[in-house]
Amino acid sequence: MNALVVPFVDNGFMLNALVGGLIVAIACGIVGTLVVLRGLAFIGDALAHGVLPGIAVALLLGYPGILGAAVGSAVMIGGIGYITRRSSLSNDTAIGLFFVGMLALGVIIVSRSTSFSGDLVRVLFGELLGISRRDILVQLIATIIIAATAVVCYRPFLLLCFSSEQADISGFSSRLFHGIMLAMIALTVIVSFQTVGTMLVFGMLLAPAATSALFARRVSTMMATASAIGAVSVYAGLLISYHFDLAAGAAITLVATIVFFASFVAVRLARRLSENRQAAALGGSPAESA
Amino acid sequence: MSTQVALGSPVLAAAKLSIGYGRRSVVADIGFELAAGSTLALVGVNGSGKSTLLKTIAGLLPELSGSIRVFGKEPGSFPARVAYLNQINSNQMILPLRAIDIVRMARFSSIGLFGRATDDDKRIVRESMERMEVIGLASEPLSALSGGQRQRVFIAQALAHDARLLLLDEPETNLDAEGKEKYRAAVRAFTEQGGVVVIATHDIKEASRCGWAMLLAKKVVAFGPGCSVLTPEALLSTFGITARMEEGKVVVVEREHGHECGE
Repeated sequence: MNALVVPFVDNGFMLNALVGGLIVAIACGIVGTLVVLRGLAFIGDALAHGVLPGIAVALLLGYPGILGAAVGSAVMIGGIGYITRRSSLSNDTAIGLFFVGMLALGVIIVSRSTSFSGDLVRVLFGELLGISRRDILVQLIATIIIAATAVVCYRPFLLLCFSSEQADISGFSSRLFHGIMLAMIALTVIVSFQTVGTMLVFGMLLAPAATSALFARRVSTMMATASAIGAVSVYAGLLISYHFDLAAGAAITLVATIVFFASFVAVRLARRLSENRQAAALGGSPAESA
Repeated sequence: MSTQVALGSPVLAAAKLSIGYGRRSVVADIGFELAAGSTLALVGVNGSGKSTLLKTIAGLLPELSGSIRVFGKEPGSFPARVAYLNQINSNQMILPLRAIDIVRMARFSSIGLFGRATDDDKRIVRESMERMEVIGLASEPLSALSGGQRQRVFIAQALAHDARLLLLDEPETNLDAEGKEKYRAAVRAFTEQGGVVVIATHDIKEASRCGWAMLLAKKVVAFGPGCSVLTPEALLSTFGITARMEEGKVVVVEREHGHECGE
């Protein structure tokens, strides 16, 4: 029992990491649900990686990385929208172009500056164990904004996930609410990169939401379940990282992904069992039915 | 054309209307008026412009030139008065929604972001589902329904807008005989109360049940009362098929000349 609680009681950095991680899990559960239902995984992935040059330039110039991440994601969302509207290229192609372009730019900036090697690892994989009270506060505010937006926009988001035309016909501009959704993804990526890192924030966005999609029958419960799965992954990942001396962000993301695959297999097995039982009941042998 | 000029202004009015995507015009010079209680069938093959016209009326596509008025204003001005049934999109199947959640969405245009569903809203949702006989499926997840059941739920959703104008794109897709029966009865009841229905279809039989018909083939081939429009000559230029009238119904035949429209 001690092994499950003591690390967080004895070490201030572990408690900070747990609190910060849980807040990230809530934001990612809400936004990840929208990403899965509206099919925005690719743009989510691109944003998570494409903010790298923004962060790198900001750190080089002595500004907070979070500011650079905000600029980077604004450039990407604006650019993807512009290319999609002004050419016959698909959204996917535009996203892919910005994705690789921004990532390459980020790597070049980072590799050209000598002072960066340690920071790059920090940006990519987060620094959950070094998270400060201030970081937690920023994250809390962002998560409150995200949750409030999800509540306010719940109906248009539902319509948008169902059909963008049905959103428009009902008087909710699909362009406006799609933009709000992208801004929520960007905000999640921007504030989460300090904890789980840009490489792994996407895993936290996708894995818990995908897991809850296997069970959920309502969108609101899907958001809540995804947040809870994310929270459990944060706790378990931190413990594993503490006891086995592993990178915290990677451990959390790995747990979240394993939870998905385990749930997937469990759901498949359960379905097959119930099918077998139904088949047995329908064509049951006389001995059994007697 | 005298039947068009009913009491009050027309529900739908188009003049010299040109529709299309971006700068590419699909159909030009469309003109018609529809009074309360009318039904209009837009008939044509794929790509003939019928869905484009439907989307323009719905306000989903801007008109390229000319004018279109819905309840006397720009399309899209009255979300609570217009319902639109679009063709099914495969992404909808992953949504964790029950049949009743789909139908309830139709009330969002009236209750807005924060409003609470009133007893009236609940009654409209229930009645729409009863009309399409899907009330028994209310708690079923969308992904567990068959294609025909889904289409019934989507039609119930369109009905639950409690609109004055119904825009339906291929509404009979996937419906079985009973489903078609329910759907037709619902449309009849809707127009008897003064509602206007515009249906995009490539089914001539479905079109022949409408009071008005417009044949589209990248242009307006013909427009007028259903039986005078669905003539063998017009159908030949729209579909490249030959047809004849039999007891007031259009019958598609091959290589044969038809009779005049009428009894």
